[in-house]
Amino acid sequence: MSQYLLSTYGSQGEPSAEPPPPEAMQAMMERTIALEAEMDAAGTFVFGGHLHGPDATTVVRSGDAEVVMTDGPFVESKEHIAGFYIINAEDLDAALAWAARVTECIGRPIEVRPFAGSGRVIDHPPSP
Amino acid sequence: MTGHAAPADPAKVESVFREVYGQAVATLIRVCGDITLAEDAVQDAFVAATDRWRRDGIPPNPAGWIVTTARNRAIDQHRRSTRGREFERDAADESGLNSELSAGGREGNGAVTDDQLRLIFICCHPALRTEHQVALTLRLLGGLSVEEIARGFLVTETAMAKRLGRAKYKIKAARIPYRVPVKSDLPHRLRPVLSVIYLIYNAGTDELDERAPLRQEAIRLTRALASLMSGEPEVAGLLALLLLNESRVPARSGDGSIVLLRDQDRTMWDQRMIDEGHAIVRACIDNNESGPYQLQAAIQAVHCSAETFEVTDWPQILTLYDHLFSVMPSAVVALNRAIAVSEADGPVAGLVALDAISPDLVKYHLLHAARATALRRLGRIDEARDAYATAADLATVAADRDHLLLQIRALDGGET
Repeated sequence: MSQYLLSTYGSQGEPSAEPPPPEAMQAMMERTIALEAEMDAAGTFVFGGHLHGPDATTVVRSGDAEVVMTDGPFVESKEHIAGFYIINAEDLDAALAWAARVTECIGRPIEVRPFAGSGRVIDHPPSP
Repeated sequence: MTGHAAPADPAKVESVFREVYGQAVATLIRVCGDITLAEDAVQDAFVAATDRWRRDGIPPNPAGWIVTTARNRAIDQHRRSTRGREFERDAADESGLNSELSAGGREGNGAVTDDQLRLIFICCHPALRTEHQVALTLRLLGGLSVEEIARGFLVTETAMAKRLGRAKYKIKAARIPYRVPVKSDLPHRLRPVLSVIYLIYNAGTDELDERAPLRQEAIRLTRALASLMSGEPEVAGLLALLLLNESRVPARSGDGSIVLLRDQDRTMWDQRMIDEGHAIVRACIDNNESGPYQLQAAIQAVHCSAETFEVTDWPQILTLYDHLFSVMPSAVVALNRAIAVSEADGPVAGLVALDAISPDLVKYHLLHAARATALRRLGRIDEARDAYATAADLATVAADRDHLLLQIRALDGGET
């Protein structure tokens, strides 16, 4: 069993053409809740969530003398991760099948990326 | 077989390697679960075979010999690793393998054929980009060297090696499964497989002599696929399409320059390939599950049955293009349809059809070449010359450009 990150991206500054009408929003919520319940039942869902925008982001880095904090995301980019799921899947085909369900549900592209190791480092030391 | 057979001719040994490579790698990937280990093991087996076969002759079942030797090497390698024991136990389950191999190899049923199918589907997995699919297919299934593949696609050997490395990394890291897709996934999983093979064939037509190996490999792969998936009409359609295209290759170049369909010496066409292609197309028509490759094959079948360019059944070709455009509405199909209009209904109708699609293809040399031909037939020589010149500017392959410049000279010669 492997774990995969299923992430979706949003664009900053570009206001989405038209916010979806409330009924469409409601329908999407219901689809998503149903899909998440299905992921739970299949033992696929590990964790997931919807993130605040990049304006809420802070970068922390260790300098020579002290740890420095800067406002804003690490990579200045128009695209940023808007939300993600971490799932358990037997192989890429299984992960892609879940990603297909998610993109159908929310109408946005999903990036699928395999974990090289997950959990605590002591359990899964990165391979050299 | 006992005693000592005659020593094998090195060229024969080489061709056997090419023949069994894909089969051996496919089996070894299943046995050791890793593409690179499988390739290394098969390579080691080839080294051992080179010595042995040149001395004792090629064994009656070369594929079985290679797989057994490669598997033993892979087990030796793994004995040293921590997973050794587990691996050895898995490998022991493969004891039926040799009998499967000797029972019929490529055509036989069971694990061996499944291994090759699995390998085709892993190489052409939709999660890999097309250029990686092509490179993997030629390397792992075709057994072409990195250098040969690099030459076929005009990149350096280093760049091609890197491309293959990245593709194999992704297969391993993302865990692309080594599995034949389930029936319900077949339509969308088969599509990239067929397009990769067709792309390999077409890459082989840029330089007819030098890149003949790419075309041969595409045909060999399609044959293998057709025998592994005899129920898939589009696989048969692709095989017919490739055979019918390949049948005309001997007539397509004269002294290194291109000879157009209308000017070809049709007695040079390979009648055996045409017969085989025609038989497949007829079977497809009877089967009545049409698709883009079968339709393209049917169009080529009509060309190949015409004894001269003039007696070509253009109305039939136009009907087939209309059908093809309805299932594959691409700009290039529209262009070929417009050319058929030109032949079926005359150059005036042809120009109308070409002008209707020109915005999409303004940078494609064949659009301008087709316009030039229609204009020439209408006696609009100045416009024809301009169109040929635009086509020549846009052509990316030297032989195409030379051919178009030759057309301009012919026009000028005709005028004076």
